[in-house]
Amino acid sequence: MTANPRQSRKPRMSNKITRSVPVEIHAAPPVSTRKDFYGDGIPGVNPGELRGRLIVIEGADGSGRSTQISRLTKWLETRGHATISVGIKRSTLVSEELEKAKQGNILGRTTMSLFYATDFADQLENTIIPALKAGFMVLADRYIYTLMVRDLVRGVNESWLDNVYGIALIPDVVFYLKVSPERLVMRNFSKHFALDYWESGMDLGLSRDMFDSFTEYQGLVIRQFKKLQKKYHFDMIDGDRSVNDVYEDLRQRIQQRIEPANSGK
Amino acid sequence: MKTFAELGFPGRMIAVEGVDGAGKTTQVHLLRRWLEGQGLKVFLSEWNSSVLVKNATTKGKKSALLTPTTFSLVHATDFADCYERQLVPLLKAGYIVLCDRYIFTAFARDTVRGCPAKWVRNIYDFAALPDMTFFLKAPLHVTLKRALDTRPRLNYFEAGMDLRLSNDTYESFKILQGRILEDYLGMSGEFDFFSIEARDPVESQQAIIRKLISANLNLQDYRS
Repeated sequence: MTANPRQSRKPRMSNKITRSVPVEIHAAPPVSTRKDFYGDGIPGVNPGELRGRLIVIEGADGSGRSTQISRLTKWLETRGHATISVGIKRSTLVSEELEKAKQGNILGRTTMSLFYATDFADQLENTIIPALKAGFMVLADRYIYTLMVRDLVRGVNESWLDNVYGIALIPDVVFYLKVSPERLVMRNFSKHFALDYWESGMDLGLSRDMFDSFTEYQGLVIRQFKKLQKKYHFDMIDGDRSVNDVYEDLRQRIQQRIEPANSGK
Repeated sequence: MKTFAELGFPGRMIAVEGVDGAGKTTQVHLLRRWLEGQGLKVFLSEWNSSVLVKNATTKGKKSALLTPTTFSLVHATDFADCYERQLVPLLKAGYIVLCDRYIFTAFARDTVRGCPAKWVRNIYDFAALPDMTFFLKAPLHVTLKRALDTRPRLNYFEAGMDLRLSNDTYESFKILQGRILEDYLGMSGEFDFFSIEARDPVESQQAIIRKLISANLNLQDYRS
């Protein structure tokens, strides 16, 4: 690996920008940042070794997360950054079992919560951390916040969740795609022509009418996310705009963070 | 953390803890016979995990996919499932629930495997404490011999091979069991374990345990 002056972490003596901005399509390696865990972390993992970037996109179903992630992946790769995406319920360890559990609705609240935590831990250790060690851009289609919000609206204790997710790495940036419940309903209909049992919070017994339950549940979720936003400082993104507008917004914000030298280009 | 009695449950939980080979299963089984013989509502928890959780556990164990963190979380999920589906409902219905191992097994095992002790304990703090916990205590060489006599082959995780304590399976098992025993001894005072000398004949251990239960619980309250 060749040394790159822009990677150096030596403190600058002045604020004057002296470097010349290279005119190039491909980007330099990301400026390294110090990583840390929310709590005790994973035994044996030194966060100082994680050179890549962890970028999280949060938002309800229908908020446009996956569309944005696939476009951002293409853009990052075009610029020469090795990129992978991760998401919820994708671990080799328990993803199949979780899918079955969702269909049967047979597990208790704490069990479900720990099941998702297991899925998260497996991906964190076997996918996210190795990728970050190798200097990858990791795009996470939701992270611990979605898991926490789902549990919190179901009455799980917040400090208990903070302890469980003390294993999680603090991302470099967390974007929250904020979309109004009315628009979410429309997007879900245009995609599936139906509402999902869990995304409607039917297990909470808010209403026997699925449409009413969906609106009420998504309202609870948004309120809970707002509370977490204060604690975790999410970057709020107005998701009620067009796909292109949201993409441009995200792309610029990411570029500012990973390629400060080229930002605005 | 509070006991089931302190939380106002009508039922009571009795847990039996100890390292592999301490004789837990034997003692718990005899306790069930005794309590059932008196016409009481008794349930012996044998960790009948749901099929779903069991699948994930065996999959992870088979392919050695588990790290100390996921090993701990898979077992916590398994425990939560048993706790929510079985233990809590039975204790609400006024049963005496006998547990062959409880959360202390997880505390000792996961800490020894490298997870931070506070993290492990906080994960399990959704669970109430047993009303009585018997700790079957014996020197390591005694329990090791018993454990190995009944296990012709140690599996990978049982022996703690993933922890790289030693390249030799039996040596690794010995170190692991020794550390678990230390951890149990440390918890003994903190959680008011009733220590039972596990080198004594099965009958004498059982007699002591029965006497202690009779002295601490009003058994007639649990008639079916």
